[in-house]
Amino acid sequence: MDLTASNLMVARGGVPVLEGVSFALAPGRALVLRGPNGAGKTTLLRTVAGLQPALQGEVTGAGERIAYAGHVDGLKTMLSVGENLDFWARVFGNSGIDAALVAFNLVALQDRMAGTLSAGQKRRLGLARLMVTGRSVWVLDEPTVSLDTDSVALFAGAVRAHLGQGGSALMATHIDLGIPEADVFDVAPYRAKPRAAVQDEAFL
Amino acid sequence: MIALLTRDLRLAVRAGGGFGLGLAFFLIVTVLVPFAVGPQTGLLTQIAPGVLWIGALLACLLSLDRIFALDWEDGSLDLLATAPLPMEGIVSVKALAHWITTGLPLVLAAPLLGVLLNLAGPGYLWLFVSLALGTPALSVIGTFGAALTVGLKRGGLLMSLLVLPLYVPTLIFGAEVARRGAEGLAVQTPLLMLAGISFGVTALLPFASAAVLRINLR
Amino acid sequence: MSIWEYANPVKFIRTADVLLPWVTLAAVICLVTGLIWGFFFTPEDYRQGSTVKIIYLHVPAAMMAINAWMMMLIASLIWIVRRHHVSALAARAAAPIGAVMTVIGLVTGAIWGQPMWGTWWAWDPRLTVFLILFLFYLGYMALWEAIEDDDTAADLTSILCLVGSVFAVLSRYAVQFWNQGLHQGSSVLRAGAVTGADTGEKVSNVYFMPLMISGIGFVLLFVALVLLRTQTEIRARRSRALLARERMA
Repeated sequence: MDLTASNLMVARGGVPVLEGVSFALAPGRALVLRGPNGAGKTTLLRTVAGLQPALQGEVTGAGERIAYAGHVDGLKTMLSVGENLDFWARVFGNSGIDAALVAFNLVALQDRMAGTLSAGQKRRLGLARLMVTGRSVWVLDEPTVSLDTDSVALFAGAVRAHLGQGGSALMATHIDLGIPEADVFDVAPYRAKPRAAVQDEAFL
Repeated sequence: MIALLTRDLRLAVRAGGGFGLGLAFFLIVTVLVPFAVGPQTGLLTQIAPGVLWIGALLACLLSLDRIFALDWEDGSLDLLATAPLPMEGIVSVKALAHWITTGLPLVLAAPLLGVLLNLAGPGYLWLFVSLALGTPALSVIGTFGAALTVGLKRGGLLMSLLVLPLYVPTLIFGAEVARRGAEGLAVQTPLLMLAGISFGVTALLPFASAAVLRINLR
Repeated sequence: MSIWEYANPVKFIRTADVLLPWVTLAAVICLVTGLIWGFFFTPEDYRQGSTVKIIYLHVPAAMMAINAWMMMLIASLIWIVRRHHVSALAARAAAPIGAVMTVIGLVTGAIWGQPMWGTWWAWDPRLTVFLILFLFYLGYMALWEAIEDDDTAADLTSILCLVGSVFAVLSRYAVQFWNQGLHQGSSVLRAGAVTGADTGEKVSNVYFMPLMISGIGFVLLFVALVLLRTQTEIRARRSRALLARERMA
């Protein structure tokens, strides 16, 4: 089942930032969003993930298939790495976190408190969370922030493995991930023309 | 849902403050009351049920802002919103976790603190019963207040202003059960009303809490 | 033509401009007539003396304190269901007026109660309920002020208004249970008061007419103030929207 966005208009704080965005993401494919800061990539991803409503257009094939990873990782500093992962696995109705720990090289850190991890290690844990959700569509916002080159390679490997299993990934990133088969989608041409916030329209 | 509950309880234990803070506050309020009103045992006996109810209510209020604030800051709330849990379930579990970490210890401690205020003999049972029935309502109503103010800076004071008027019916019936119990009067009517409020808000208010949480997350 | 046309802000402002002078005039006439008639041309009560005359302020203000909340509740429901901005702003506009009416009701009640009951304040059920209602108004207004995004604020305050209404009713019964009270029963709308079958318990016809006129005056005053304040809210919102558009262009 494809993830499709058709004629999407998304808004930040009520002000449209992108409009007319359409794309389709087939199983086994990855789509990389590009665009300058403030172009609306995060807003678009949050809309696709269902965290905020679209002003126009619609997203299909999302809903309960999405695993979202934003700028913050949703980790509890007072829980260990294993407990954090286990919690998210159980919330999504799964069990078994070993594959995720191995994929992101976290096995040695399993019993460390998440609060004692470095920024890059936290990020790896946040990304490992995607694997335990069992969801097929990964929606990732700047997934490689604070990762070193080795970790980026780990991440790329995990994404490719996910694609190989028929999953798909929608990512916003600035760097080259080393996933050559990924399509690139530049959001810059879809910038919404300047206008007032929608909730103010009635007042003009 | 059970995963969320165990995580919240585990966090409350590890972070220390969870169980202890509200309880310590309750103790201090109870100790301060005789300093303010005088040590006459007759007077203390008379006001004990009400004072203990107010103390429990304030101790409950104190920890409300932690219900969602931490999950909001570290992004867990966004991730939970995309999880296959209904938002109504999330807020109900959050309220339950708050009750177990805050309300339940208060219920258990209240009879002990009753000794300090010279609570009358039959009052211990009814104080315990009224708090056991009433504190879940306090947690559920408080969760609604916490959901309303989750994204706000300096939301704590505002939340007290919003939540305290909502606590009025629970306080009236709860304290009335304890007072009548202590004086050896019939408690049936206020007890039924208290139970009605508790069950009513537990059944209905999570829908409102989930609605405001969704609004705050967008 | 549908009533929802007035949900358009511009249309609302224009309509309100036409209505406002007339409503204000009618409110002033009713209030002046009702209060002067009530204060100077009604006999003194055989038991309560001249203090009874505060009834012409006390009862209408208390009535409007409740009616203002009812109006906010209806406006909030309209916002939730149909999402008309004017409705949300009208609810916001009504809150401070309702709060002031509550204060007037409480203060006049205290002034009346002092000579009658010998105390400025008693934890009488009716007084207590109005005090709680005042707290609800405070919380509602504080929530509006605290949230920056207008639509979010409208959504959250609407739900608070709904939930608050349920709890306000609950509180009323709780308080009645808690204390039976000194306050006389509601004395205005009993049948005897209207038909003239006076038994001394009810408000007799002599007092009823000016009270009625004063009550209508309070209603009209409330309508005028809500129209005015809603206009102000709409204009403030409009000026902010225009400024935002200016910045964007």
